[in-house]
Amino acid sequence: MNTHYLHQKRLLQDRLFTLLCALAVLLGLSVIAAVLWTLISKGYSHVDLLLFTELTPGPNMAGGLLNAFVGSLIMPGLALLISAPIAVLIAIYLVESPSTHRLARYVRFFNDVLLSAPSIIVGLFIYIMVVRTMGHFSAMAGALSLAVIALPMIVRASEDVISLSAQPLREAVMALGAPRWAFVWLVLAHAARSGIITALLLAFARVLGETAPLLFTALNSSFLVTNLWQPMANLPVVIYQFAMSPYDNWQGLAWAGALMLTIVILVINLLARLIGMQKS
Amino acid sequence: MLYAVDGLNLTEKLESDVVNSPDEHALSVRQLDFYYGGVHALTKIDLSIPKGKVTAMIGASGSGKSTLLRTFNQMYRLYPEQRVTGEILFHNRNLLSKETDIQQLRKQIGMVFQKPTPFPLSIFDNIAFAIKLHESLSKHDLAERVEEALTQAALWDEVKDKLKTPAIKLSGGQQQRLCIARTIATKPEILLLDEPTSALDPKSTRQIEALMLTLKNLATIVLVTHNLAQARRISDDIAFLHHGELIEVGPTEVLFTQPKNVLTQQYLAHGEDE
Amino acid sequence: MQLRRAAVLDNWFFATTRFLAAGSLLLVAAIFIALFISSWPALREFGFGFFISSDWDPVFLKFGAFGAILGTLVTSLIALILAVPLALGIALFITEMAPGWLKRPIALVIELMAGIPSIIYGMWGLFVLAPLISEWVQPVIQNSVGRISGLSHVFSGPPLGIGLFTAGVILAIMIIPLMASVLQDLLRTVPALLKEAAYGHGATRFEVIKTVMLPYIRTGILGSVILGFGRALGETMAVTFVIGNAHGLITQLFAPGASIASVIANEFAEATGTLYPSSLLALGLILFIITFIVLVCARALLNRYKHP
Repeated sequence: MNTHYLHQKRLLQDRLFTLLCALAVLLGLSVIAAVLWTLISKGYSHVDLLLFTELTPGPNMAGGLLNAFVGSLIMPGLALLISAPIAVLIAIYLVESPSTHRLARYVRFFNDVLLSAPSIIVGLFIYIMVVRTMGHFSAMAGALSLAVIALPMIVRASEDVISLSAQPLREAVMALGAPRWAFVWLVLAHAARSGIITALLLAFARVLGETAPLLFTALNSSFLVTNLWQPMANLPVVIYQFAMSPYDNWQGLAWAGALMLTIVILVINLLARLIGMQKS
Repeated sequence: MLYAVDGLNLTEKLESDVVNSPDEHALSVRQLDFYYGGVHALTKIDLSIPKGKVTAMIGASGSGKSTLLRTFNQMYRLYPEQRVTGEILFHNRNLLSKETDIQQLRKQIGMVFQKPTPFPLSIFDNIAFAIKLHESLSKHDLAERVEEALTQAALWDEVKDKLKTPAIKLSGGQQQRLCIARTIATKPEILLLDEPTSALDPKSTRQIEALMLTLKNLATIVLVTHNLAQARRISDDIAFLHHGELIEVGPTEVLFTQPKNVLTQQYLAHGEDE
Repeated sequence: MQLRRAAVLDNWFFATTRFLAAGSLLLVAAIFIALFISSWPALREFGFGFFISSDWDPVFLKFGAFGAILGTLVTSLIALILAVPLALGIALFITEMAPGWLKRPIALVIELMAGIPSIIYGMWGLFVLAPLISEWVQPVIQNSVGRISGLSHVFSGPPLGIGLFTAGVILAIMIIPLMASVLQDLLRTVPALLKEAAYGHGATRFEVIKTVMLPYIRTGILGSVILGFGRALGETMAVTFVIGNAHGLITQLFAPGASIASVIANEFAEATGTLYPSSLLALGLILFIITFIVLVCARALLNRYKHP
């Protein structure tokens, strides 16, 4: 019968479509599995104690990645230190402004635009403003470029968290006659526990992996530097230089570094989401 | 068997059924229980819906009337945490069984919701969508069926010149009539209406109530409403639910003037009316 | 007096927040101005020709952006073509098809994909994907679609594995998680009642998705596609590893090419003098303008779904 055929065709279409979507998911999952597998198989053999105790070596010499690890702790950490307070204050402004306020609308809009802006552009910007002015690369410039990248992320996430925390508290606190800034501090304390920590963790994980901005700001160093006004080694740039090189030991170090970097980033991401889930 | 027969004129079918089996009901609910999550929402419901009439289900919010209605077309299947036990006989077959062809069932049992649900398509395509699911028609036949449905829903004159415009541009009352047109376009035997006028203004409400009375000739109508005056105005039979249990059933006038159960009396006295 | 002090602190505090917020706006302008001023030497030297010339000669100091611009657009377009159906399929599977217990884990893994740094994808692309493509994918494509006359040149190229096509594939992998996430949010804005109405007519899940859900969010889908495009345009490290860094007007998909970001990343360290760095910064300016326009459009489209 005509309608029987139609019926079967529709069911077949439905099943076929479900299959296609499932295949898309499988493809995505297998890519991430493939990437992890490559990192582990190529990097694992080069992970040893020396990796964490020796400095980056010259070509075809033994060594480790200590200065890169240290630099990748210092600069993103500094970046968060700089950007987090500013970002949270901007988020407070956005929450407290009436939604019709023009400045607030523009800030929110362009914040979202900055969020997806190419990180290489940020690197070039800091290069022009800081590196050229100072005459040389520096860890401070690197931290500043990472701060600019982290800022919109923290603003966006904090705004959501703060406005959620503010709703129930607002009427109660205002009724007590408290000044607005006290109310804000109260909301912050509550929001900090529930969502801002998560936002900071995610931002930290993000800037840990950024290479392009550091290429033009902090560059690299073969020494263990703690002077912020000098170039500083960092994991992404070291990985980049070593991976693209023709030297075996450098490539080995690059894979080991890539493995460590990915593990740390994935762990922080998982941690952040676990904390986020606890709260909700 | 009616599952396999399509495209027959509905009124012909109803007449022959009345002649051959005068006692047959449109739906027979037997020992129905409904659970969602840990909540036992409907308890041991036994109810028969008479053919060709308007049956209204009334009760307070949360009494289970919408829940019951939604078992008739297996709407709960969309939500894995919802579960049903018991039977609902439709043409002497249990429509709750796993072998029921859901697509076919929903062609024969249609539903209109408490808010108008126009699809993001043109007026014509809204109706055509429902028809094309079950029948392959020529362009000409399709256009005829769309016009027929819109006419039966008392909407044709208002939209005949703008069939290709987006359905979303219609007023609330018009959108709901569109949803009714869409549902009757597949010539269902039973029409389920879940508080269809609760989101509409009084004028549109009156229009749809009048419409429901004419639709009685085309299909059995089961109406859920919290508006007692509406139930009294248009229904032939009433079923009253309370806390998931069926308390009382009877012809409308009888139930309103001489309710047997004390809970029914209380509800009728204090229930919402507009 | 307490009240007065409180009020002053209040004003101070919120004035500070307003000041910082305005500052963040100025940041965008500052980036533009800084890039413009630094590109000026190159722009003044080459004029309009900078945008249409594909010369790139560091020795004789002749620079033109067209090759890089074309490479950027082509790789991002390839990425879109590959990524959009996959991201849509993934988003639909997670929101509409996966059983309840499977939804969160899959969504989580896809989100984690987004967290993997660009440089990791780049390395994987160079050492794993490129050989795979040169050995399995390139011959297949060249023997099938590449046989169509008129297209044979586009699909030709040495079996190196690196080039515009591979860069497009890596970019697709990178933008899929972003788009899948946005699409999931969009799909969740479809009212449950509307879906129930469609199912109520006896539609299959595919039909509900096709005729009701996707049209309902069609503006948002466009917005997410443009968003993905904007992200692909600016990607640096993943592309730099696999694109091959060859200048000029590249018209072969499988040949080494260049994107704006890859050129800047590759050559910035060796750029001496004034004209060379200025040309690179001019490339950066162009990239900033293009991505800015694209991202603003994407935001405008997606904002319609933010406050229903």
